[in-house]
Amino acid sequence: MFDYTTLRVIWWALLGVLLIAFAIMDGYDFGLAALLRALGRDDDERRVLLETVEPTWEGNQVWFVLGGGATFAAWPMLYAVSFSGMYLAIALVLLAFILRPVGFNFRGKVPDPRWRALWDWVLVGSGVAVPLLAGVAFGNLFLGLPFRLDEDLRMSWQGGFFGLLRPFALLAGLVSLSMLLAHGAAWAALKADTAIAVRAARLARWAALIWAGLYVAAGIWLAYGVPGYAVVGPAVTGGASNPLLKQVATGGSWFAGYLQYPAFWLAPLLALGGALLLQWRIGRHGFGGFLGSSLMVAGTIASAGFALFPFLLPSSLDPRSSLTVWDASSSRGTLLLMLGATVLLLPIVILYTAWVFRVLRGRVTLEHVRNAGHGY
Amino acid sequence: MIVDPEVVTLSRLQFALTALYHFLFVPLTLGLVWILAIMESVYVMTGREVWKRMVQFWGVLFGINFAMGVATGITMEFQFGMNWAYYSHYVGDVFGTPLAIEGLMAFFLEGTLVGLFFLGWNRISRVKHLLVTWFLALATNLSALWILVANGWMQYPVGSAFNVETMRMEVTSFAEVLFNPVAQAKFVHTVSAGYVLGAMFVLSISAWYLLRGRNVDFARRSMTVAASFGLAAALSVVVLGDESGYAISENQKMKMAAIEAMWETEPAPASFTVFGVPDVEARTTHFALRIPWVMGLIGTRSLDKPIPGIANLVEDTKGKIASGLEAYDAMLMLREDRNDAQARAILAAHDQDMGYALLLKRFMDDPRKATPADIQKAADSTIPDVPVLFWAFRIMVACGFYFIALFAWSFWLASKRRLDEKRWYLKLALWSLPLPWLAAELGWIVAEYGRQPWAIEGILPTALGVSSVTAGQVWISLGGFVLFYTVLAAIDATLMVRYARRGPDGLGIWPAADANSLSPAGKGPG
Repeated sequence: MFDYTTLRVIWWALLGVLLIAFAIMDGYDFGLAALLRALGRDDDERRVLLETVEPTWEGNQVWFVLGGGATFAAWPMLYAVSFSGMYLAIALVLLAFILRPVGFNFRGKVPDPRWRALWDWVLVGSGVAVPLLAGVAFGNLFLGLPFRLDEDLRMSWQGGFFGLLRPFALLAGLVSLSMLLAHGAAWAALKADTAIAVRAARLARWAALIWAGLYVAAGIWLAYGVPGYAVVGPAVTGGASNPLLKQVATGGSWFAGYLQYPAFWLAPLLALGGALLLQWRIGRHGFGGFLGSSLMVAGTIASAGFALFPFLLPSSLDPRSSLTVWDASSSRGTLLLMLGATVLLLPIVILYTAWVFRVLRGRVTLEHVRNAGHGY
Repeated sequence: MIVDPEVVTLSRLQFALTALYHFLFVPLTLGLVWILAIMESVYVMTGREVWKRMVQFWGVLFGINFAMGVATGITMEFQFGMNWAYYSHYVGDVFGTPLAIEGLMAFFLEGTLVGLFFLGWNRISRVKHLLVTWFLALATNLSALWILVANGWMQYPVGSAFNVETMRMEVTSFAEVLFNPVAQAKFVHTVSAGYVLGAMFVLSISAWYLLRGRNVDFARRSMTVAASFGLAAALSVVVLGDESGYAISENQKMKMAAIEAMWETEPAPASFTVFGVPDVEARTTHFALRIPWVMGLIGTRSLDKPIPGIANLVEDTKGKIASGLEAYDAMLMLREDRNDAQARAILAAHDQDMGYALLLKRFMDDPRKATPADIQKAADSTIPDVPVLFWAFRIMVACGFYFIALFAWSFWLASKRRLDEKRWYLKLALWSLPLPWLAAELGWIVAEYGRQPWAIEGILPTALGVSSVTAGQVWISLGGFVLFYTVLAAIDATLMVRYARRGPDGLGIWPAADANSLSPAGKGPG
């Protein structure tokens, strides 16, 4: 029923879905953590902010873990090359992921203000580091990464951590950071005590405005300043997963796909439309503002993924070694099996996640945290 | 290319440290969560407040531990890509799937429900909260199942084959990967070890309250649950450990021989060496104290099947290296000409041994140039570290039998309602606290260190699995992990001790005054 090409396209789309789900669900946790000291003026206010995410951040983080597992299983070479190549950047991201759970859990365990301030800043650090580094990593994909594959398909990499900090990649990092700050603030505007929510809404507006400027600037830079990659000749889409069997030309445009498939333009329109929705609805009754920032997140990631297609990880050192949707996947059997597992299990995940969010609906008020002991 | 041996050593060290560290927290989660589920079930069935308070108090300690388990688990998932890139490429098609399904089936459920467990007491009904706790318990254990399916495949790589087009292992039968006998045996043994650890945790801390005369009623009830759960768990961890031993004797003969320091094949049924000093140089075991027949019975469940010794296994390995070299040669010929039918036939006949040719890659770039001396060296390299395995295994097993004795005794005391009579029993229960951790860590050392030099038994040598990173990069991340893990361990231990010391009375979960009373003021009959 599903041929190899179709399965690869499905898993490319699912990779995007997982990344978007992670950025929407855990993204507000990171954005909110980054703004913890800016939005929360005293310990009670910070406890309100933290309690809006405490019951759910752990489940949200599983989108990241699942994304890692699914990449390992469905795109093993992408997993291997990206994580070992961007070694120290990934180590920093992991550090942020290690400190965050203990930050959430340990902060409330001791009443000493210095203790709490320490964990506040740990959470702020992780909330800034992960969105920023993730954006820098994404930006680097468009510039190509310095790796090559040998005949055994063993990867070698030339360059270190600071080689990743190229201007376009840094801009992409700022796009990502401003996007998730807007998203985190939109969450606070939705869930926190109204006294904090008013400030959060104002902050979300500003962050979304800055994001829009940076996002458009990055798009223009990508169109005029960053050469694209293209597979030479008719693409073999159902063959063996061996990147060395193709030829790649550089010097084209990353917007080639947008010209070929005009439907791609829906993604950036969705992102900018989301920002407009946020400006219009934030601070008012209902989910509109948060929906707006979620659409920003989804549209931004989708627009980047469409531009790269069919590339997953272009190589600047040896373009032939670039990983694409057609030559970096698992075997057909594994993709099919994993698709079955996803179709079976993901709806169940969504159902019970929705139930938990329903149980936890409503704002966390200052009165509530003043009266309740620390429950977490 | 020959990989940098320093990178190999550092990557192995990093994996071993982060895995052993992660496993300080995981087994407590696995065991304690069932104890919470049992206590909460009693609460819902009887409506007695004390049982709810027990869930809340042990839940606080569970939460501190859980956070560390989550934090250190992230490292495990991403370390494969960072430090073991060639491994990830070579076996991701098989190994990645159980990890992904773990996320979908178990970790999502666990991560989503844990928040409600802590903050949902007043938001959902009693029965719903109980369901949350039970599903949380189920999810943590399902998580262990999928991880051990992945790990079991590394020990016994069934249901997969080498694909020369993609230069990697690919799944041929997922059912075989899932129902791998080694994975099943390891799963039940590992979760039972977690149950023992969880039970010991509750037993020891409760014993401490009884020694201090605090929270007496609370502690006695907790101890009763821990004693019954712990006895069942201790019995199953030993019995299922034996099953695990039988499973490895079928397919990891070298690991079995190393655990027993069995240098030469003995006539069946082999004897079991209770004590001895293995001598790697002389390939003999000094001062050996042997019990006849026992090893043959455990390892083969028969009186007539011999268990091969290390020397014989090394000889067999030389044959497999020769066969593997045929496969390796055929693979290189196919690379030149994809349509070479003869080479394809040779590869098909020998590809199950190709990993043995890769053993030579540690010593030379081109295994086809190996001399008989090189092949001998490669075959010798398949002997794991005998003394470490010999001792790690014996200490683990001794702990296992000790747990049966301690929990059986606790169970007897609990049924006679005499738990708080003998101070020296309570002290013994308190001081036994670290032992299940010791046994669990040693268990992983036996399983993983005993698999060396293989990452995937017979398929991929560990040294070939590493990433093309520099030793300097691995030093930096290793240093970072050691530094942050040490700091976090210190904070975690401090918080654990502080909250355990404060106890249910100090935390306001249970009234401090009149600790023997079953009826705290205003709460009705306990």
